[in-house]
Amino acid sequence: MSAASRRPSPSASDAVISLRNVSYRLPGGRVLLEGLTLEAARGETLVLLGRSGSGKTTTMRLVNRLLEPSAGEVLVEGRATPEWDAIQLRRHIGYVIQETGLFPHFTIERNIALVPSLEGWPPERIRERVAELMELVGLPAEMASRYPRQLSGGQRQRVGVARALAADPPILLMDEPFGALDPITRADIQREFRALQKRLAKTILFVTHDLREALVLGDRIALLEGGRLMGLYTPAEFQRADEPLAAAYLAAFRAGDATGAG
Amino acid sequence: MGLFEFFTQHRQEVLDLTAEHLVLVGAAILCAVLIGLPLGVLTTRWRWLGRPVLGGANVMQTIPSLALLGFLLPVPWVGERADRLAIVALTMYALLPILRNTAAGINGVDPSVVEAGRAMGMTPRQILFQVQLPLAMGVILAGVRVATVICVGTATIAAAVGAGGLGEFIFRGVAMVNNQLILAGAIPAAALALLADLLLGRVEKFFQPGV
Repeated sequence: MSAASRRPSPSASDAVISLRNVSYRLPGGRVLLEGLTLEAARGETLVLLGRSGSGKTTTMRLVNRLLEPSAGEVLVEGRATPEWDAIQLRRHIGYVIQETGLFPHFTIERNIALVPSLEGWPPERIRERVAELMELVGLPAEMASRYPRQLSGGQRQRVGVARALAADPPILLMDEPFGALDPITRADIQREFRALQKRLAKTILFVTHDLREALVLGDRIALLEGGRLMGLYTPAEFQRADEPLAAAYLAAFRAGDATGAG
Repeated sequence: MGLFEFFTQHRQEVLDLTAEHLVLVGAAILCAVLIGLPLGVLTTRWRWLGRPVLGGANVMQTIPSLALLGFLLPVPWVGERADRLAIVALTMYALLPILRNTAAGINGVDPSVVEAGRAMGMTPRQILFQVQLPLAMGVILAGVRVATVICVGTATIAAAVGAGGLGEFIFRGVAMVNNQLILAGAIPAAALALLADLLLGRVEKFFQPGV
């Protein structure tokens, strides 16, 4: 595959994404991220868990160079992001956000085909790939010619995942992708996504504020607060954690399960 | 003589002046789109350009049309020919709605859609042509429609400098205190404005798939 041939030589560590002492400040001086050091290994799903303003989305945007760090280094496949061509880097990394990120004037087929057509794949190959992906994410083939507005929230989210996977990128960034869905649809799509993840073995950075989602989908959970890393746990460790913040999340989670709100 | 007889007797002249009118409006709108669209896009790229450009277009709009023709008359090249003069003046009037709607349309595109395009590795040019412009097309065309309707009315003033158009009848009618002659110019002009409004409204709808 072309994605594999573009991949630079592996670095000493097996980290596909690594942040080294990264800080990010707004031009006004407000600090969004402070001294963050974090690594995601190949094939791992690393969940960034935190409240709004904790810096989780900022972290993600640093990885595909929508932002550049004020201090420290972000490495993707062993290469610092400024050394990458920004466009190449982003086509190398799948990106899923809440449903609003689909192009409303593109059909489902064109939405999914976005990166392959930017990369100049022949039309025949694109059509095959789109059909393959729609099946993979569980969308009926006849939806190919519809527009995003004509689909339900859950279907749109599947389109979002299919679009991110289209050019078979080794890395996925997912920013609260299932946040806008109703609880039942969300549980369904999470379960399917978990299965998909095992098959595809992508390196995934997954942003959420929902502890349940973090526990279900994450191989490891990075807990962020106020732009700092407060702890790094496996789901099992998280449930035993006695650090105040992790404990607070667990307490809120267990008491009445209000985590699905917002 | 009734208005109907006037139209049947002067059919050729009415048609000629209507055609002239359409040419003036068409040329002016074409120029205004060719200038206003890129300029409007630029103001969304370089924010500092927004104020002076829109301000300038606003000022043009406030100059009374007869005075504008007067101001332009001594300008080299522009003042040399009557139709050229009229088209330049009309272009200046048509500019504001097109400029403003282009900027508003592009700025109004959902930021998360543009962000998604960026994150998927689209170049700024691809984002502009594949995402922003298509999504702003409805608003931009609404601007063109407003500009055209205004222009059809304003173009009657072209007759004042001898550039022809349906204003010929109106000016003649005013000079001769002949209401019928005024109506002979005003009615086709109004009909043209309505027709343009209708047609461009259709075009607008056509350009909004899935939205």
